[in-house]
Amino acid sequence: MQRYILSRLVQSAGILIGVLLIVFFMLQMTGDPVSLMVSRNASPEQVEALREELGYNRPVMVQFFDFFTDALTGDFGMSLRHRQPSLKLILDRLPATVELAATALMFALVIGVPLGLLGGSNPNSFWDIMARGAGLIGQTIPNFWLALILIVILSVHLGWFPTFGRNTWSLFGLTLPTRSVVLPAFALGLFTTGQIVRFVRSAVLEIKNEDYVRTAYSKGLSDRNIYMRHILRNASIPLISIIGVQFGYLMSGSIYIETIFSWPGLGNLLAEAIGNRDFALVQAIAFFTSLVVVALNLLTDVAYGLADPRIRYGD
Amino acid sequence: MMEIAKGTGLRIDRAPNTGIRAKAAYVCKLLWRDKTGLAGLIIVLIVITAAVFAPFLSPYDPLQQDLRSAKTPPAWTEEGDMDHPLGTDNLGRDILSRIIYGTRVSLTVGFFGVLIACSIGMVIGLISGYVGGLTDNIVMGLVNMILALPYLVFVVFIAAILGRSLLIVILIFGFTDIPIFVRITRGEVLRIRESGYIEAARSIGAGNGRIIFRHILPNLIGPLITIATFEMSAMIFYEAGLGFLGLSVPPSVPSWGNMLSTGRQYLTIYPWIATYPGLAIVFTGLGMNLLGDWFRDVLDPRLRRIKR
Repeated sequence: MQRYILSRLVQSAGILIGVLLIVFFMLQMTGDPVSLMVSRNASPEQVEALREELGYNRPVMVQFFDFFTDALTGDFGMSLRHRQPSLKLILDRLPATVELAATALMFALVIGVPLGLLGGSNPNSFWDIMARGAGLIGQTIPNFWLALILIVILSVHLGWFPTFGRNTWSLFGLTLPTRSVVLPAFALGLFTTGQIVRFVRSAVLEIKNEDYVRTAYSKGLSDRNIYMRHILRNASIPLISIIGVQFGYLMSGSIYIETIFSWPGLGNLLAEAIGNRDFALVQAIAFFTSLVVVALNLLTDVAYGLADPRIRYGD
Repeated sequence: MMEIAKGTGLRIDRAPNTGIRAKAAYVCKLLWRDKTGLAGLIIVLIVITAAVFAPFLSPYDPLQQDLRSAKTPPAWTEEGDMDHPLGTDNLGRDILSRIIYGTRVSLTVGFFGVLIACSIGMVIGLISGYVGGLTDNIVMGLVNMILALPYLVFVVFIAAILGRSLLIVILIFGFTDIPIFVRITRGEVLRIRESGYIEAARSIGAGNGRIIFRHILPNLIGPLITIATFEMSAMIFYEAGLGFLGLSVPPSVPSWGNMLSTGRQYLTIYPWIATYPGLAIVFTGLGMNLLGDWFRDVLDPRLRRIKR
C-alpha cells in the first residue's frame, strides 16, 4: 500500500510540474502583461519602470525559475488588476465554490443512486426508463441553458428562489447555505446526476449476475437484504472514484453557473479575470484548480486502494 | 440472418457479405430494430440538412435587423404572429433563421474539431500502442496529465488568449481533444496486438505495414466512430458555452452560444430569446448521443453486454 501511495504521489507531483510549465508559457503567449496594466498615455519610462518593478524584463528562463519556486512556497503571483496576491483572491472565493460543488454532488447522489438502483434492479420497468432518461438528459442538456430556464420558471414566475446571489446564515459560528444555493447546485449537478445514474444502473446489472448474489439468493436472503448488503455495497467501491472525479469536475466546471447566478466563487472570479484581461489571475486560478483536481484524484485513488485490495496489489 | 456457428452451439448474427446493397439492407434492419438509434439518425440528418440548406430554409436573413418588430414573442403566444414563428431578438432579428444558420457554426466546429483530434490522436495512439516501451510510457504520461487537468478552465484560458474566430475555436477543440482519441486508439491497439489473428499474420511473415494497415486500422474504425460521435456532441456543447461567455465566434456571427449570451441579458423580460437556441442544442445533443449509443451497440458487440 505504501508503494502504491508513493507512486501515485510522484505521479501527481509530475502532473503539477507539467501544469506549472503549461500555465507559465500560456501567460507568455498573452504578450506583455505590463502593456495591459498601464493606461494608454503612460510614458515609455513609466512602462519600463513598472516592468522593472514587476520583473517582466528578465530572461524567460529566470522568470520561469522564480515562478516555479514561488509556486512551491504558495505564492501564485499578483493579480494585475486587483494588485493583490492571487492566492488571497482565490481563497476568498473558495468557500462559495465548495458550498456549490458539495451541494451539487449531494443532489446528484440523492437523485442518482436510488434511481440507478431502481432502474438496474428492474430492467425495462418504469423506473428503468426514468433512469435511462435521466442518464441521457444529463448528457444532452447544457447546464448553462438549464440554469436560465430554471430562473425563468422557478424564480421569475413562481418566485420560489432568488434569481441570483448567495445568501448564508450563521449558526454557532458556522456559515450555512440558504435556499439561494438550490438552483445553481441543481443546474450544476445535472451532468453528474446523469453520470451517477448511468454508473449505478450498469453496476447493479453487472453485479446481479455475480456468483455471490446467486449464493445469497439460494441461502434465502430477502431482496432488500441482498440489495443493501451485497449489491449496493459492491457497487459503492467504484462509486468512490466516480464521486472523486465528479467533485473535481464540479469544482472546476462552475464558470457558467457562477456567472449566471452571480455566485461569488472561483468560476465567477475566472470570468471576471478574463473580462479584465487579468491573465496573471487566470493563470493562478488555472493552476489552483488543477492542484485541487489532482489532489482529489490522488485522494480518490488512495481511498479506492484502501477499500479494494484488488487495486493495491494489482501493480 | 441467423445461423448456428458450427461446433460452438452459439447463435450468431452475421452480416451477409454480398455487396453494398445487402449491407445497406442489413444496416437498415439493425436501425429499424433499435428505434432510438433510428431517432438519433433522423435528428442528426435534420440538423445536417438545416446547416447545408440554411439559405433556403430560413425565412429571413439571420443578420437582418428590424427594430420595429424587435422582441416579438413566438407565434404560440397571444402577442406573437406567424411572421416570426419563434419570435425575434432584441434587434428584431428572426430567431428561427438565426437558429438554422447557427447549425453551421456548431456542426463546423464539431466536425472539423473531431476530424483534427481523431486523425492526430489516432496516429499518436497507434504509434504508442504498437511501439510500446518508453515511447508508450512518455505518450501515456502526457495523455494522463492532460486528462487530469480541469478541461473547462484551460479551454476558457486558451480561448481568452487567442481571441474570437471560428478557426481558432476549431483548433482549440481539435487539439485539446487529442488525448481522448490517443487513449482509445492505444487501448484498442494493445488489445488487437495480442489477439490470435495478429500472431497468425506475423507467423506467416506479414510485415509491420501490412499488420497495421490490413489488420489493425480496420478494427479501429468502429470504436473511433463511436467516440467521435460523442465527442462531436461534447464539442458543440463547449462551443455554445464559450459563445455564452463571449469567447467563441465574433458576436455578429449567428451561433447558438452567441444567441444564448444575448438571451441571458433579456432573460426575465423576453425569455424566448434564450429558450430556443438552447432547445436546438439539446435537440442536436440528443440526436448525437442516441446515434452514438447505437454505433456503440452495432459496431462493437462486446459492449452490448455491458449496456444491456
